[in-house]
Amino acid sequence: MTFVLELLVSLLIVAGGAFLLVGSIGMVKLPDLLTRLHAPTKATTLGVGGALTASMVFFAGLEGTLSIHEVLITAFLFMTAPISAHFIAKAHLHEHTELRDGLPPTGRPYGWSTFDAAPAAGEADGEDDRRGAHD
Amino acid sequence: MIEYALQFGLAAASLALLLNLWRLLRGPALMDRVLAVDTMVINIIALIILFGIQQRSTIFFEAALLFAMFGFISTVAYCRFILRGDVIE
Repeated sequence: MTFVLELLVSLLIVAGGAFLLVGSIGMVKLPDLLTRLHAPTKATTLGVGGALTASMVFFAGLEGTLSIHEVLITAFLFMTAPISAHFIAKAHLHEHTELRDGLPPTGRPYGWSTFDAAPAAGEADGEDDRRGAHD
Repeated sequence: MIEYALQFGLAAASLALLLNLWRLLRGPALMDRVLAVDTMVINIIALIILFGIQQRSTIFFEAALLFAMFGFISTVAYCRFILRGDVIE
């Protein structure tokens, strides 16, 4: 049983380290920021998740001290990685407005919500109703 | 066996940190540097966790959690500063 747990911990550590390395190599090798954003947000988050799972299995199975901290850190990282990636992409798009011409058409009457304000057409009725109620 | 895996993991995280540092110093766009710092924080968290396994000590989890929070908040604050010209409006 101890051997199986040690094997599991070792495999998780090696997989986590490999994913960390892949994420950082991707960040160095990929051509521009919007493609470069993919490597750290996915591979690196998965790598640190592997390391945290290895730590959880190690302390719960081999040391006998169950700890919940890793779940907290993993949940926090997995929740915050998409948010920070979204913010970075948005800031980059607003910093380089020439990228706006390369965006694909939305197929709707209004443009990308990053650049154009949302249309008030759909909400106009509700707004009128509310205004009528207040008057 | 865990010792060898830990050596590999620590080496991989350190090499990843060096690659991030290269992107931080090189990065043509401003957001490249922000992304590099964000990834460095995640790699440092992995390094702290692996070091905790090596030392067989659970005392490092608070440090990792603090790093996670500060990394996220600093990334979002910097992006908001670029987007809006102010962090808290």
